[in-house]
Amino acid sequence: MMEAAQSEGTGRRWMTAAAWRSLFRDRPIIPLLGLLGVLMIVSNLVRPGIVTSQWMGVIVRGAVPLAILAGCQTLAMLTGGIDLSVGAVASMSGFVVATFVHSPGGWPAGIVVALFAALVAGLVTGIGVGVFRVHPLIMTLGMSFVVLGLANVWQLIKVQAGGGVPPELRWLGSAQFAEIVPYSLLVFVPLALLILLILRRTGYGRMLYAIGDNPVAARLSGTRGWQVLLVLYVMSAMFAAIAGFLLTGLTNVASVTLADSTVLPSVAAAVIGGTSIMGGRGGYTGTMVGAIILMVISSLLSSLGYPEAVRQVLFGSIIVAVAAAYTRVTSDT
Amino acid sequence: MTAAPGLVETARARPIEALGRWARRNAWSIGLLGFFVVLLVFTKLIQPKYGVTGVQGLAISVLPLALAAVGQAIVVISGGIDLSIGSMMALTNVVSAALMLDRSEELSVIVVVGVLVLGLLLGAVNGALVVITRVPDIVVTLAMAFVWAGAALLVLKTPGGGSADWLKELVLGPLGSEWIPKAAVVLVLVVALIWLPVRRSRVGLSLYAIGSNQLAAFRSGVPVGRTKILAYSLMGLFAALAGLSLTANTGIGNPLSGSYTLQSVAAVVLGGVSLAGGRGGVLGPVVAVLILALLRTDMTFLNLNPNFATSAQGIILIGVVMVGTLFQIRRGRA
Repeated sequence: MMEAAQSEGTGRRWMTAAAWRSLFRDRPIIPLLGLLGVLMIVSNLVRPGIVTSQWMGVIVRGAVPLAILAGCQTLAMLTGGIDLSVGAVASMSGFVVATFVHSPGGWPAGIVVALFAALVAGLVTGIGVGVFRVHPLIMTLGMSFVVLGLANVWQLIKVQAGGGVPPELRWLGSAQFAEIVPYSLLVFVPLALLILLILRRTGYGRMLYAIGDNPVAARLSGTRGWQVLLVLYVMSAMFAAIAGFLLTGLTNVASVTLADSTVLPSVAAAVIGGTSIMGGRGGYTGTMVGAIILMVISSLLSSLGYPEAVRQVLFGSIIVAVAAAYTRVTSDT
Repeated sequence: MTAAPGLVETARARPIEALGRWARRNAWSIGLLGFFVVLLVFTKLIQPKYGVTGVQGLAISVLPLALAAVGQAIVVISGGIDLSIGSMMALTNVVSAALMLDRSEELSVIVVVGVLVLGLLLGAVNGALVVITRVPDIVVTLAMAFVWAGAALLVLKTPGGGSADWLKELVLGPLGSEWIPKAAVVLVLVVALIWLPVRRSRVGLSLYAIGSNQLAAFRSGVPVGRTKILAYSLMGLFAALAGLSLTANTGIGNPLSGSYTLQSVAAVVLGGVSLAGGRGGVLGPVVAVLILALLRTDMTFLNLNPNFATSAQGIILIGVVMVGTLFQIRRGRA
């Protein structure tokens, strides 16, 4: 009697450490949203009045391309892979569209060509990883060299024709409804729903998790690994191309190295979002929050007036800290 | 596939047999070396003027990447990967250039030694973080790439600083015969002095052991954490050497110097080091760096669009690894 009453008492008083731990492990989105909230409060404390709906709109607008690229990483990382070619593919796509502005067919033709080029790149990557079993890191690294080189050649061919970011793309990438809601959400929301649907409701999504969790068991239970990986890397390249369009519109810059600097943050966003780089654990919800967190952090640091250097140092330290916290909480000890 | 512990004894007993075994073990590196020689001959054929200046230029231009590839190879052999090596090079590069500007030659010696120690420490920090946090190497070093790059920008915002004259002369020009570039001698000496003793020792065996099978190594009494930190420290040392060679080559420090990180990974893989760890050496990666640089030169000689060189590098990387993997799959089935 006494014991029962006591345990009931402690249970009512507060959650135990183990309960916290399992909450973090099973619902990483809750601590992530908590972190986001803390960051927003801190932002508002250091610069009172900065957190407005306009500010949120700008953050979301900046986070959209990053979140799409981080989606590519999430899908690849679930299978235990990584996609380092997203930067090159995204830059190439945005660049190709810009070179088509003055050509017959205009920018829509450019979008078709860019998507086709991304499709080919993704297909080759998928064949390399799936059929020839090349390590994804190497395959996508090599593919990024190939794409960058070809984009440079394309640049030389097209240099006389001139080009520019089409106004339609600029509108889609950077304009905001009522100065708040970015129009890039028109692209992002369906895309995010698609990824979430694939991961949560389809057999294909289960296979992605299965391959990452235990490739041998997945193969023995009848998963055709190479088909799953082929589709994965094609999908990743297509998403990267779409992110490239939005990024070109957002920055109003078309360059063959535009998205290079977003590759590492895209991996970081997926990691912060709770997707394990070893495969088999994670999801896209966390990744989206991770991308927003990264944007809030960099906005916070720049509003504090820190130079780029300090921002980078803090950025890196925060990624290590968050990843370490995750590993501590989710480890099976 | 673990390193044979009895190698040293058999080498004493039967030199020829041991040589054959060494050749089999390093078949990939020897093949690469052969390909490099063929490529040199080919270069001479398409461009008869290619000679002493070409070789000198090749040696000095590949030195930073070759040193970085050696460092990366050590970490990859131990089962990790370091994506911050380029940032470390930038940091050691700017620190050395900033401290050596308008200083006496004697003081600059102290600076060089200090920068090497700094490299060791940077590597040790990476290694310690990997061991303590238990976060995958790739994530930790990715994040640390931001940290070191930011630190480099804090030291020097724009390219600047200077280099001591003796450091420049250390790598520039020929030594003895005009065909022997000083840069090549420096590279060979540095690797021989740092890596070979480690490779031969108990620590070297531990490095291969934890890369090959961490659990088995742990159960056989290898201090896994300590060995891992040591591997990263060695990598940091080589990154510092690479950063110093950048200072010597260019005479200044550049906080945004180049994309050495991914290049070093590519060289390591082409050099026959398995990304899974535990297999390979440092000779292969160095030769791979030479081959990639020479291919680039050849493409300009052939009047090909130099932009194709980047694509060609990617295609070579993918192609070589594909062939290698196919062989492995076939061997696995046999």
